[in-house]
Amino acid sequence: MTVHTGQSTAKAAGEGARGRGRATGERPGRLRRALSTHWYAWTMVAPVVIVLGVIVGWPLGRGIYLSLTDANERNVGRTIGANHIDATYKFVGLDNYVDVLSDPVFVQRLTWTVVWTVCCVSTTFLLGLVLANMLNRQFRGRAAYRMMLILPWAVPGFVSVFAWRFLFNRDNGLLNKVLDGGGISAVPWLDDPTWAKFSVIAVNVWLGVPFMMVALLGGLQSIPGELYEAAEMDGAGPWKRFLYITVPGLRAVSSTVILLSTIWTFNMFPVIFLLTRGGPGDSTEILVTQAFRQAFVESPRDFAGSATWGVLILAVLMIFAFVYRRSLRKQGEVW
Amino acid sequence: MSSQRGKRSPLASVGLHATLIGASVIAVFPVLWVFLTSLKPAKYAITTDFFKDTTLDNYRYLVDKTSFFTWFGNSALIAGVTTLLGVFISATTGYAVSRFKFPGMRPLMWTLLITQMFPMAILIVPLYNLMGQLGLLNQPVGLIITYLTIAVPFCAWMMKGFFDGIPVEIDESGRVDGLNPFGTFWRLILPLAKPGLAVTAFYSFITAWGEVAYSSAFMVGDENLTLAGGLQTFVTQYTANWGPMTAASVLIAVPAAVFFLFAQKHLVAGMTAGATKG
Repeated sequence: MTVHTGQSTAKAAGEGARGRGRATGERPGRLRRALSTHWYAWTMVAPVVIVLGVIVGWPLGRGIYLSLTDANERNVGRTIGANHIDATYKFVGLDNYVDVLSDPVFVQRLTWTVVWTVCCVSTTFLLGLVLANMLNRQFRGRAAYRMMLILPWAVPGFVSVFAWRFLFNRDNGLLNKVLDGGGISAVPWLDDPTWAKFSVIAVNVWLGVPFMMVALLGGLQSIPGELYEAAEMDGAGPWKRFLYITVPGLRAVSSTVILLSTIWTFNMFPVIFLLTRGGPGDSTEILVTQAFRQAFVESPRDFAGSATWGVLILAVLMIFAFVYRRSLRKQGEVW
Repeated sequence: MSSQRGKRSPLASVGLHATLIGASVIAVFPVLWVFLTSLKPAKYAITTDFFKDTTLDNYRYLVDKTSFFTWFGNSALIAGVTTLLGVFISATTGYAVSRFKFPGMRPLMWTLLITQMFPMAILIVPLYNLMGQLGLLNQPVGLIITYLTIAVPFCAWMMKGFFDGIPVEIDESGRVDGLNPFGTFWRLILPLAKPGLAVTAFYSFITAWGEVAYSSAFMVGDENLTLAGGLQTFVTQYTANWGPMTAASVLIAVPAAVFFLFAQKHLVAGMTAGATKG
C-alpha cells in the first residue's frame, strides 16, 4: 500500500497506533487518546464493518460450522405448519472434508474450474488489451466504438446469458442457422461436453472484456505521452515502445484487474448455471455450481456437503491471493 | 496518446476500423438480436429474418398478462436504495482508508478484498436462515443489505484509489478554514470525486439490478419477485415461448443501459483512479 497520509496529525496517529500495537492493553488513557484521534475515521468505516460483520461474518462462521456437521434437509430445525422440529444434526469433525477430498470428483471439478478460470481471464485480458490499445488512438468514431464495446457490461448478466442461449439453441438458434446456410452441419453448442465448455468460456469472455478494456484504457491514458515521444526520438519501433513503455506502465492496473477477475471468474455462478446448469451431464460444473447443486438442487439437500465445498473454494482462493501478492511483492510491486 | 498520431498508413487505418467494427458487431449483436426478436410476433421468434411483421404484441402481453410492472417496481426500489446507500457507505469508507491511518485499517482493507472471494454458495444457506430469523425474507430490506455486502467491498476499493488522486492540500485548506473532517469530506472532497461516485453508483446499480441467486432464493410469491426472479418463473411457465421473454429482456436492459449512459462519461476516469492505485 502506498503511503498517502499527507496530514501530519494522521501520520502521528499512525505511529501512535503502531506503538500501541506492540504493547497492548495497558493504561486506559491510551484508549481514550486513540479514540479522540481516530473517532472520525472509525465512524466513517463503522457502517461497512457492521454490515460486513453481520451479513458476511456470521453466515461465514455458521457455514464453516455446518461443514463440520452432517446437516441436511431432513435433520435441520424447521417449522412445518404449527409443529417445530428441532435440529438433530450432529458434529462430525472433518469427515466431510475427508469425503470430498478423497472423491475423484473434487479433482475433476477443481481441474475444470482452473482451466475455465485461466482460459477466461487470459483471453479476456488479451482481448481487452488489444481493444484498449486501439481505442487509445485518435481517430474518428472513437466514442461510438467505445460505447458499443462497453455494451455487454451495461446489460444485466442474466439477460445477456439468455440472449446467448437463444443464439446457441441447437435446432432454432441463429448461429446454427447461419452455419447451415454456409453448408456446415449444426453444432451442438450446449449439448456436447466439449462444445459446451467452449460456449460457456466464450460467453464469459464476451461478458468480461468491457471491464478489462475500460480498466486498461484508463491505465493507458495515465501513461505520459512524452515517454512515447522520447522513445520514438531514440529510434524505438512500435513493438519496442509497447514492450518497454506500455507494458510497465500497465503493471499496476493489470495486477489489480487480473486478481479481481480471477476471483470473479472462479466464482462465476450465473453464466454456468443459467447457460448449461453445469451440464451436459456434469461437464461444465465448476466448484461453485457444484456447491449450489448440493444445497438447492439435489434431494435431500445436503447443507453440510455444500458448506464443505464452499470452505474449500474459499481456501483455494485465499491461497491464490496470498501467492499472487507474494510474487508481486518480489517483483518490487508495493500493494 | 499514441505517437503514431497523424501518420498511420491507410492500410493500418483500414485494419484498425475493421477490427473495431468486427468487435463492435460481436459486442452488440446478441443484445440487438433479442431486441429485434421482441418486435416479431411470438410465432416467428425463432426465424432468422431481421424484421417480420413488426408488432408490439409481446410487450402488450407482458403488460396485460403478467405482473411485470410489480417486479419492475420491486427491482427499481431495491436497486435504487442499494445504489444510494452503497455509494454513501463506500465513499466514507474509501475516504477514511485513503486519508487516515488508524488502527484496524490494514485488516479492513484485507477484509474488503477477501469478502470478494466468498463464494455465495457458502453464504447463501446461513444467510437464508439469518434473514428468516430477522423476519427479512421476502422483504426488500433483506435483499438490499445482501447486495450492499456484494457491492461495497469493491466500490470502497475503487473510491479509495479515487480519493488517493485528490491532493491532500485540499483537505488541509479545509481544516485551516475550520471545517471538521466530516465537513471537509462532505463539502470539499465529495464534489471533486463525482466521477468516482458515478462509477460506484453504476457498479452498485448493476449488481443489484442483475443479481439472480439471492433474489430467487429470498423472494417468493408473485408480488414480491424482482425482475431476475420474475423472468425465471416465466421460463418454466411458458417454456420455449421466446417472444414475451425477449420483450421482458429488453425492458430489463433499458434502465441499466440508461443509467450506464449517464455514468460512462466518468467510467474511464473513475476506473483508472481505482485500478491504478488500488
